Amino acid sequence: MDSQDSGVARPVLEGPDIARVLTRIAHEIVERAKGAEDVVLLGIPTRGVFLGQRLAAKLEEITGRKIPVGSLDITMYRDDLRMHPPRALARTDIPGDGIDGRLVVLVDDVLFSGRTIRAALDALNDIGRPRAVQLAVLVDRGHRELPIRADYVGKNLPTSLRETVKVQLAEEDGRDAVLLGAKPTAPAGER
Amino acid sequence: MSKILIRGAKVLGGEPQDVLIDGSEIAEVGQGLSAEGAVVVEAEGKVLLPGLVDLHTHLREPGREDSETVLTGTRAAASGGFTSVFAMANTFPVADTAGVVEQVWRLGKESGYCDVQPIGAVTVGLEGKKLAELGAMHESAAGVTVFSDDGKCVDDAVIMRRALEYVKAFGGVVAQHAQEPRLTEGAQMNEGIVSAELGLGGWPAVAEESIIARDVLLAEHVGSRVHICHLSTAGSVEIVRWAKSRGIDVTAEVTPHHLLLTDELVRTYNPVYKVNPPLRTERDVMALREALADGTIDIVATDHAPHPHEDKDCEWGAAAMGMVGLETALSVVQHTMVDTGLLTWAGVAERMSLTPARIGQAAGHGRPVSAGEPANLTLVDPAYRGPVDPAGFASRSRNTPYEGRELPGRVTHTWLRGRATLVDGKLQ
Amino acid sequence: MMRHLISAADLTRDDAVLILDTAEEMARVADRPIKKLPALRGRTVVNLFFEDSTRTRISFEAAEKRLSADVINFAAKGSSVSKGESLKDTAQTLEAMGVDAVVIRHGASGAPYRLATSGWIDATVINAGDGTHQHPTQALLDAFTMRRRLVGRDTGLGQDLEGKRVTVVGDILHSRVARSNVDLLHTLGAEVTLVAPPTLVPVGVEHWPCEVSYDLDRVLPKSDAVMMLRVQRERMNAAFFPTEREYSRRYGLDGDRMAKMPEHAIVMHPGPMVRGMEITAEVADSDRCTVVEQVANGVSIRMAVLYLLLGGNEPAVTHSRTEEK
Repeated sequence: MDSQDSGVARPVLEGPDIARVLTRIAHEIVERAKGAEDVVLLGIPTRGVFLGQRLAAKLEEITGRKIPVGSLDITMYRDDLRMHPPRALARTDIPGDGIDGRLVVLVDDVLFSGRTIRAALDALNDIGRPRAVQLAVLVDRGHRELPIRADYVGKNLPTSLRETVKVQLAEEDGRDAVLLGAKPTAPAGER
Repeated sequence: MSKILIRGAKVLGGEPQDVLIDGSEIAEVGQGLSAEGAVVVEAEGKVLLPGLVDLHTHLREPGREDSETVLTGTRAAASGGFTSVFAMANTFPVADTAGVVEQVWRLGKESGYCDVQPIGAVTVGLEGKKLAELGAMHESAAGVTVFSDDGKCVDDAVIMRRALEYVKAFGGVVAQHAQEPRLTEGAQMNEGIVSAELGLGGWPAVAEESIIARDVLLAEHVGSRVHICHLSTAGSVEIVRWAKSRGIDVTAEVTPHHLLLTDELVRTYNPVYKVNPPLRTERDVMALREALADGTIDIVATDHAPHPHEDKDCEWGAAAMGMVGLETALSVVQHTMVDTGLLTWAGVAERMSLTPARIGQAAGHGRPVSAGEPANLTLVDPAYRGPVDPAGFASRSRNTPYEGRELPGRVTHTWLRGRATLVDGKLQ
Repeated sequence: MMRHLISAADLTRDDAVLILDTAEEMARVADRPIKKLPALRGRTVVNLFFEDSTRTRISFEAAEKRLSADVINFAAKGSSVSKGESLKDTAQTLEAMGVDAVVIRHGASGAPYRLATSGWIDATVINAGDGTHQHPTQALLDAFTMRRRLVGRDTGLGQDLEGKRVTVVGDILHSRVARSNVDLLHTLGAEVTLVAPPTLVPVGVEHWPCEVSYDLDRVLPKSDAVMMLRVQRERMNAAFFPTEREYSRRYGLDGDRMAKMPEHAIVMHPGPMVRGMEITAEVADSDRCTVVEQVANGVSIRMAVLYLLLGGNEPAVTHSRTEEK
């Protein structure tokens, strides 16, 4: 278990809250995208993919249409690629009709520095040319390092850099929750 | 020449005694000796041996002076405790005429570190086709008694038979490098488990054993003696043991590296382990040690084979075969034979001095340590332990497989006819 | 951590599965309009080929280019190498140019191992075939092909080849492909049987983790994959077998023999094939034969290997045996 999760993490969103904010985001997408006719949802692995699938299901409920949903792995586009051992690749799965000329909504769990989204924009560039790209996140915890903002936010969560935000989803973690915890102070020499 | 008193040395590993050298001879051996004005060498705990004799050395001169010269090679010999070396014939030009063997012999005289006895080629250009002028080489100033195409096998049975017969006229001996050429085409290492895994061409044991079997039978048939170079397999030991039991006049040698190293080392692909015959298996190593102990194998010979750095600092397939050995031979023998209890120091003296001198007819060498004998002596400190450092070698080449390996024993002094060539480990 | 890929025997099961899984993701790039990933941007890779091998070279080159590496091709023929420059000098020249990786094909067994361990060069070394020793990326692409065909593209993710029966037929003695495959397939849990005339099986094979048979017809019905190796014509003159005709009669794969294989079983060949010798045209062109797939899979596997060795600040593949040697 990740040591950051242990200790004093407290839930800021529980299962029902997450379901509710996803429903709200789905409605916002329909409203802003004028019926969401050309929307393609692309989740960023790992948890963004599940959120994307859940959003797609809600959009289908609302619109009664099949909503294309896929995944976009950004591993090889990360700007810190050379700072760690290579990570195992996750699946990039672009729905059959592609993304050219469509409204791509990127879906991720936490928006933090903005670097993941920058990498995702680069990755999209190698796949096609969407009409527009929007961003949906479950939690925006602030501390942006790049000029990036989310179009749809489940919850704005002001945090300090000493805190950690951890999203748990049933598909991956066995339950739904957003946890706010304290970053353990690293022992001397580990920094 | 002045007097030298070696005090308290274990002669041939026995009880401590004093040995007095006067001029070029041993004057006296006994307890509590003293001599006016003698240089005293305190030898407590050290072992005194007759100067070592190497029946199988490559001095490379003439032709490959970039790897070794007679001078650097004899300095390496003195450093390793040798007072006599037999220089193999595979030089450029090949030592297949009286002129070349005399040149090598003269260079040895000039070096002054160690007696050099040239070995003559059996066939012209080592090509195995036509006998070289064996008689002329014998009659030359060099007085050649040992003939060998070493590096190549005299594989033609008729040529081998003729050579064995012909040298009887002047008491010579043919030293065979046993390697069936067709079975070893493209061979890179011992054929077995390791070669299969590494994908290196195999040098099967049978390529050595079949030639030895043939040659002992030929020697028996024509009533000649034959010497087998560097035995490397358990099967070769069995054949020589059988030949001796039949009364065939065969002698055999083993190298220090074949007493210690195995083909497992080739897994490093480091060409420092590339040698001919190749390193074999643990089972072969044990059989060779046993055979050296029981006398089936008569002597240790170094097969000192210097090569320049660039010939070893490359991929395995492109590398030259061979290892330097003069400066580590006695340590390896102590490690594998003495420290294991297989051989006494007297046994070492027999196998590294007395018997090789007898096989090669090296006059004045391989004599007992007693009054009136030539003062060819080697003093060893058997308690020494230390890593092998090629940077300290006297040889011009550094291709040792023992770099950094801890080996016991160190030659501290060597005397060639009473003249110190090595004192406290330093060449004079 | 492993910096180099020298031998298939150096890979642990988890390493091998990671490479296969990564290759599966790489394969999907081939279906995109832009077949390019940025993982090796700014990295320089040299393809150092001392032996002619257009197939392997272009496969590596395609993989390197798809990962955005800067690629230098260095063929030994006609270069200073053929004029006597040593491997060491060549390596040091490349080092001075600041290359990050060397993909080496060499006729001498052990040359890549020497290059990686002798201190001549700091770059990552990837063995693209050395003498009769190893060809690890070939073994990986073969395993990848088997996993896709015998386990499944998506169901195969995370899986090895446990219990799959693989038969390798032909010149085992001179084959780096056979050695690499025996090592890797064993690591992945497959059961390997080598089939060859006794003259083409190395002494010492009894210590390999596989079975040996001289009878192809007995083994075929118990094979999930049959890998045919090329028999080089020059072996003809070295008395390994009497005639080409006798060889292909006893060890060649034709339609009748293929019919003895289980229905699901596949026929593999590392290429180039000698049609009419070890394999008939009928078999080579059948849809059970994976030769063309193997070529496509080779690019994906090499992308995976390059990414996992060079994509980060240190390699992602753990290391066991080579450095202990």
